[in-house]
Amino acid sequence: MSSIPSVAVTSAGALRYRKMRDRVIESLLLVSGLVAVFTTLAIVAVLLIESSAFFEHVSLREFLTGTMWTPLFADARYGILPLVAGTLTTTIVALLVAVPLGTTIAIYLSEFAPHRIRETVKPILELLGAVPTVVYGYFALTMVTPALQWLMPELPGFNMLSAGLVIGLMIVPYVSSVSEDAMRAVPRYMREGSYAMGATRLQTALRVVVPGAFSGLAAAFILGISRAVGETMVVAIAAGMQPNFTFDPREPAATITAYIVQVSLGDLPHGSIGYQSIFAAGLVLLFMTLVFNVIGFSLTRRFREAY
Amino acid sequence: MNNGVTAYSDPAAARRGLPRRKLLDQLFVLVGLIVMLVCLLVLAVLFIDLVIEGAPRLGWDFFTNFASRRPERAGILAAWVGTTLIMIVTAVCAVPVGVGAAIYLEEYAPKNWFTAIIEINVTNLAGVPSIVYGLLALGLFVYQFDLGQSIAAAGLTLALLILPIVIVATREAIRSVPRSIREAAYGLGATRWEVTKDHVLPYSTGGILTGMILGLSRAIGETAPIITIGALSFIAFLPESPFQSEFPFISFGWLDDPFTAMPIQMFNWVSRPDPAFQANAAAAGAILLGMTLLMNGVAIWIRYRFRKKINW
Repeated sequence: MSSIPSVAVTSAGALRYRKMRDRVIESLLLVSGLVAVFTTLAIVAVLLIESSAFFEHVSLREFLTGTMWTPLFADARYGILPLVAGTLTTTIVALLVAVPLGTTIAIYLSEFAPHRIRETVKPILELLGAVPTVVYGYFALTMVTPALQWLMPELPGFNMLSAGLVIGLMIVPYVSSVSEDAMRAVPRYMREGSYAMGATRLQTALRVVVPGAFSGLAAAFILGISRAVGETMVVAIAAGMQPNFTFDPREPAATITAYIVQVSLGDLPHGSIGYQSIFAAGLVLLFMTLVFNVIGFSLTRRFREAY
Repeated sequence: MNNGVTAYSDPAAARRGLPRRKLLDQLFVLVGLIVMLVCLLVLAVLFIDLVIEGAPRLGWDFFTNFASRRPERAGILAAWVGTTLIMIVTAVCAVPVGVGAAIYLEEYAPKNWFTAIIEINVTNLAGVPSIVYGLLALGLFVYQFDLGQSIAAAGLTLALLILPIVIVATREAIRSVPRSIREAAYGLGATRWEVTKDHVLPYSTGGILTGMILGLSRAIGETAPIITIGALSFIAFLPESPFQSEFPFISFGWLDDPFTAMPIQMFNWVSRPDPAFQANAAAAGAILLGMTLLMNGVAIWIRYRFRKKINW
């Protein structure tokens, strides 16, 4: 028994100390974990408290159905619809770019690319998502808009089209990486069954893998939507900041996020209705992204459990 | 692809239209490559354009001058000092809390509804738009905690923002440490913390570092939340220096000081109609993008190194 390490024969006091230290550390770690919970609670609390003051002045009906958003004018109107319209328009344009590009890349990387190419391209693609959004804003304003104006001479200098295109590019890596994960989760034997029937790789990809990974692809698109809805700097720089109730991407308009930036840039006194209005707008934004996130995450869980 | 197997009832059926189908296969490979190239090209064009447009401004003076009404004399001194100080606050707050939360979730947490709530929260926070963190900070840090529009408020905001990134990366790193390592340590009588500190954490250092750098690279470019808490874009002085000539030599007065940061400065220049300021914006953007790419590059390199080094 002499070979037992000294740890086992330390005194009871030392053991008690080590166990105590363990318990203290465990509670410290638990507190770190709880920070995430508190952050969520704080976000909801701050938005609700500040916007409840806002809704003392503005009826919920006007807020949700009004088509004019002019909180900073003398004749203040508080209809959120123009901001929602701007947000949806840029998001749709972004999806029209991100969904085809992202899915094509995902199919290529998951079904066609040799291992070497996949491992090299993926980190580089992720850089696209890491570029600071303010840099993308500059890109949209100084390069994409002039290029579009060359194609469409009547396009105004601020427009949702250019902002949406750039946001689309920005979320390509996001869409492609979630889609690729989903497609790789489709079991090998399904592909082999398809090859055995004489299908080519493309046929297998489109008729076996894509349908098999459908819920995962849907999740990728929905998480992409949630990203595009919350994107701020690109629209604040390139789409103009004037609320404009339109779904025409060629026009300038403000999104919910751009409005919050616009108010923050000014010097509104704490407690004024303009100040409170950004929290009401933030509440709508949080609600929209929350809905998309919940749907998206429940879909990803499904594709992870399906096989 | 030759599978050596054909539909057994009618071998000819499986070969029907084979040349055309194979051609489509090859066409798709081409399309896939082109799409990827376009995306990578955009990244390249973006960076090259920023460097070319900003080149005339990228000199020593640009780093040592304050912002100015005259574009040719404006610089980013206050911005880069502000960004550096904010990043220090962010890293000091986010890394211990994030790593702690990840250790708790992976090594300690019992499987119950309470742990599930924490996990759902982390996933959810990762999807909250950054500007909402700005609103949280405006209501909570700036007015409730009375931190004002200070470096401390900005650093805390960005720390909350990157917390999910740090947590997720650390959890992945911890999860990849094999069970056998833990069980060997437990078998020798180590307590849970001793197992974590002496075995799990050293093996997951690479992953944790990667997560930390990726989180900070996200924070360095974030503009919206710090605009929301009211960062100023025109500051012609520096925060109080952390190093003092008198005892105790270190000061934390800078935490309370107003600030500007690189992305704010760039945004301010982009939104000016005067084209001369666009060159400044491009120069600031080139530096910002360079920093982000560098940090991401380092993160990829670390991940690669550690993956190669560890052989279970």
